[in-house]
Amino acid sequence: MNKTLIGVLAALALAACSTTPKQEGGAPVDERTPGATPGAATSGAQTGSVAGANQGAGQTNPLKDPRNILSKRSVYFDFDAYAIKDDYRSLLEAHGKYLQANRNAHMTVEGNTDERGSREYNIALGQRRADAAKRMMMLSGATEAQIDTVSFGKEKPKNPGHDESAWAENRRDDIGYRGD
Amino acid sequence: MSRLLMRTLFAFCCAAAFSAHAQLTIEIIGGGATTIPIAIVPFAGESNYPLGVSGIVGADLSRSGLFRLVDPGGVVPRPARAEDVRYGDWTGRGADAVVIGSMTALPDGRAEVRFTLLDAVKQAQLASFSYVVPPAQFRATAHRIADVIYEKLTGDVGVFSTRIAYVAKQGTRYELLVADADGYNPQSIVTSKEPLLSPEWSPDGTRIAYVSMENRKPVVYVQSLTTGTRQLVANFRGSNSAPSWSPDGSKLAVTLSKDGSSQIYLIGADGSNVQRLSTSAGIDTEATFSPDGRSILFTSDRGGSPQIYRLTLGGGAVERMTYDGNYNVSPRFLPDGKGFVFVRRDSGRLNVALQDFATRQVQILTQGSLDESPSVAPNGKLILYASEVGGRGILAAVSSDGRVKQRLTATASDVREPAWGPLQK
Repeated sequence: MNKTLIGVLAALALAACSTTPKQEGGAPVDERTPGATPGAATSGAQTGSVAGANQGAGQTNPLKDPRNILSKRSVYFDFDAYAIKDDYRSLLEAHGKYLQANRNAHMTVEGNTDERGSREYNIALGQRRADAAKRMMMLSGATEAQIDTVSFGKEKPKNPGHDESAWAENRRDDIGYRGD
Repeated sequence: MSRLLMRTLFAFCCAAAFSAHAQLTIEIIGGGATTIPIAIVPFAGESNYPLGVSGIVGADLSRSGLFRLVDPGGVVPRPARAEDVRYGDWTGRGADAVVIGSMTALPDGRAEVRFTLLDAVKQAQLASFSYVVPPAQFRATAHRIADVIYEKLTGDVGVFSTRIAYVAKQGTRYELLVADADGYNPQSIVTSKEPLLSPEWSPDGTRIAYVSMENRKPVVYVQSLTTGTRQLVANFRGSNSAPSWSPDGSKLAVTLSKDGSSQIYLIGADGSNVQRLSTSAGIDTEATFSPDGRSILFTSDRGGSPQIYRLTLGGGAVERMTYDGNYNVSPRFLPDGKGFVFVRRDSGRLNVALQDFATRQVQILTQGSLDESPSVAPNGKLILYASEVGGRGILAAVSSDGRVKQRLTATASDVREPAWGPLQK
């Protein structure tokens, strides 16, 4: 059983609670409160206005449904690396397929790095990480025009700490859909 | 005279937004192998002005790490003219050089500042100048005098009249500042709630290129220091970063990811005529122009790890410059074009190093654990860089021989991303 699945199961088990699901060991798959999305002001609220979401009235938005893998929006990387780890393939494939099924949907992938090393090289490294996620989603059916990629390098660390656990959390792509 | 006037006029026109919280304090940590003992006699008449001149001259010279101030106390009367100097007074105190001077009020409110530099050992006059300036230019005049003394006694151009740019971060507020080389007169250039980084002075010192993330992505701007207006230079799809001016100030090398991976492009300073310079499947970034404008150094991971390469412009070859270690980044040419400084990682520590083109010899200059963003003074003698002490960002400077060390801190702010401005024309 891969880590993503464990994470999803953990999320399911804890969906009724207000606590944040954590994964034991390694980088968290997604340590957010279920339903929260990067760049979104608050979590939980169903906007029902996600661009291109082909959903019937009253149906849950799959992008916001904590039980749906599409609510998982972060991909983590090894130090100095931009290869997509196996743990995140199913997540990116799911987003790629969603973009294929919703041609009006559009996302931005934001690449980030840990605090070590050159600010400018880290912008390029974060860009490379975002582009790696984009490529994988295109292999799953997304079109080039549906995905923008940008990098914050090490400039916007999610975890301000200076140890390996903070660094692991900051070596990350965040996926944000237009209208999130 | 007119050069000084132009420079100081410019400096004070820009002094609109003063940010006291981001002012840098400079602390000297180490000195040169040999220091020149110099006595700076308080200038006659300067006690009439709250801000004198001789103290600033002494502070400049002392901070360089190449001079040792000899106490002029007890020499009575204090000489103010060369003919009044009794050389034995100064050689007896161990001074090799003596600086004397005067400040005389003029009816229009300005003052005439005179100074003379004397070789106490050879009993000879080395320099003598006078400046007529308003009180607002006393600091600038003192830096000018320190530049003359430094050049006469060391043979190198002084950089006390230059300015530096840096980014201060306080909470979630980012501020790009320009200050005198001694940290005084900090002026806010841009403030933002999103990161600001990579400031680079235009070769004539009138503009600064920088990267702003205010639009939730890195974008390159060029801002005029004279008018304050700014121009969006690179805002293509993806990330736009790492600006570096061509020596003639007409173009910038920038890193753009618009064509699929971060590559280096040449772009007009007004955002026109985008032209790709580098071609690799990986990351190419952090371009820096050679002083003659014929080549660039840049960082690339084309060989598997980030290393420094040199590209000769006009279709020339790409040559790998660094081989030792698996992380060599952030190159900056020395002003004489004979070498470059860069950041290398060794055993998890990031330090500023210097490599000579001819010998390929590498000298590690700093001993911090997270040293980054080196910027070379226009005389090539000092390298300003960002470091960290106790979890706080500070600026530090090290001489190109590694001996002189300074630390520049700002109260209540993280400071980073230093850029040393050009010599004042």
